[in-house]
Amino acid sequence: MKERTSTASKVVTCVFVVLCIFWMIPIFEVLINSFKANTFVNTEAFALPNSESFVGWANYIKGMTFGNYPFLKAAGYSLLITVASVALILLCCSMTAWYINRVNSRFAKLFYYLCLFSMIVPFQMVMFTLTFTADNLKLNTPFTIPIVYLGFGAGLAIFMFSGFVKSLPLEIEEAAAIDGCGPIRTFFLVVLPMLKPTLISVGILETMWVWNDYLLPYLVLDRTKYMTIPILVQYLKGSYGTVDLGATMAVIMMSIIPIIVLYLFCQKHIIKGVAAGAVKG
Amino acid sequence: MSKRSSSNAGTNGNLLRRPIRRCFPLFILPTFLCFIIGFIWPFLQGIYLSFCNFNTPRDATWVGIQNYVKGFKDPGFINAFKNTAAFAIVSIIIINVLAFTFAYALTQKIKGSNLFRTVFFMPNLIGGVVLGYVWQLIFDAILRRYNTYLTANATYGFWGLVILVAWQQIGYMMIIYIAGLQAVPEDMMEAARIDGANRWQTLIHVTIPNVMPSITICTFLTLTNSFKLFDQNMALTGGAPEMMIAGGKVKMTELLALNIFSTYNINKNWHGVAQAKAVVFFILVAVLAIAQQAATRSKEVQQ
Repeated sequence: MKERTSTASKVVTCVFVVLCIFWMIPIFEVLINSFKANTFVNTEAFALPNSESFVGWANYIKGMTFGNYPFLKAAGYSLLITVASVALILLCCSMTAWYINRVNSRFAKLFYYLCLFSMIVPFQMVMFTLTFTADNLKLNTPFTIPIVYLGFGAGLAIFMFSGFVKSLPLEIEEAAAIDGCGPIRTFFLVVLPMLKPTLISVGILETMWVWNDYLLPYLVLDRTKYMTIPILVQYLKGSYGTVDLGATMAVIMMSIIPIIVLYLFCQKHIIKGVAAGAVKG
Repeated sequence: MSKRSSSNAGTNGNLLRRPIRRCFPLFILPTFLCFIIGFIWPFLQGIYLSFCNFNTPRDATWVGIQNYVKGFKDPGFINAFKNTAAFAIVSIIIINVLAFTFAYALTQKIKGSNLFRTVFFMPNLIGGVVLGYVWQLIFDAILRRYNTYLTANATYGFWGLVILVAWQQIGYMMIIYIAGLQAVPEDMMEAARIDGANRWQTLIHVTIPNVMPSITICTFLTLTNSFKLFDQNMALTGGAPEMMIAGGKVKMTELLALNIFSTYNINKNWHGVAQAKAVVFFILVAVLAIAQQAATRSKEVQQ
């Protein structure tokens, strides 16, 4: 009996090893093609680079300035927008969720229900008008776009923080108040540290959203000056893709590598964060 | 119950409530203003503009329900609706069945399950636009052997998108199912085993009813994700191929979100129609989301 289960589990393991290899093929494909000369990418996409098609780092060097827009500039804007937006969302939405739950006034309740409502509204519903509003208010730069992200992303974040704030015991905050802590100190010194697990899972979900988002920055940003990585990839593939596929693959690879490295370092947090976030959602 | 806790909070709660209330301008006002800019105002303006002819909101002129009539008469919109419905059904089934199977297998104490989890989840971290182009390369490379290409036939484009999205989302849903499976009480499984249930019976009668909350979440997420899908659709086929149907050009692999976007970009006479389509789209997504929640929540086991 015991032997039978162990052979069964060996078979399952083998099946999963094969599946994993299949799962990695797309990324592996980009990797090998990013080292090939342009003409070979199209004709022999599955072949490993050989002495004829191998071009070394040439595609990457070209990719750095491909399409007259430096890759590092787009990466910098992506990083700036992601870090600023996520930080703003975490700070403002945790404060708001705490206020809503502790004060529980009519206005607070109304705001909370509006947040729930905003979660089922698809971006397409507001995208055209949001573009007009952002233009009018001069929110069309990477330095001001976090305000737009906070506005559109507030619903989910407040909902998730509220779920956690509800489970916090009042006594701790009351003790802090009796000891003479004002609301601001109570929040930052007492409540925020307790919110840490939720901060991590909201932070991860929002980072995955903002970093990979294409449509919102495409519509809101002034594209002649500012591009993020997804916008750059779309722009290159759309207008230069047929010109040099090798360099396009190099740009795609450069955009994937930092995420994968980050993922391998904190995958435990990411996977936990996703699971925790989903259970509350 | 709620009355008692609120009166309880009345004596002590005021200790917190009043001072926090005074912090209104700091704690809630900035977020609320951003929420107005980023959501409430665009939403209300969107509803208003769907009844208007406009280039920018300043030159909007009221035209009544004309935009909606024009939208529903557009064969491209009808086709996108059919595509989206078919795509949603197929991908919900494929993603959830495979994600659950993977999760079930990986919670059976097999070797290397952490590594497998890491690999399956990875595609989620890559953006939709990038994924679209990566898979375009792969599909075209495969189809070239048969002397054809991805955008030659709408069937290729449709199933290509299904494969792409399945590859991307299975890992995510699997993580949620794993969390659900690990929360199934061990003594319940034990009791089933003692009562002589085999693996299959335990799965059907004990495990699945207990992971119903995860199934609710995952079907909800896959449903809304497939209705809102845009980036992957745009990058993989961009809606191609194009055909003439009922006197209009129809992009055969276009989903609703992409159809709304491309309608807006035809010219300024179509801005209002695109916004009207967006309102229809919103109502559709909202109704589906609420209906799905009501339907699966009722099947959850009370613990």
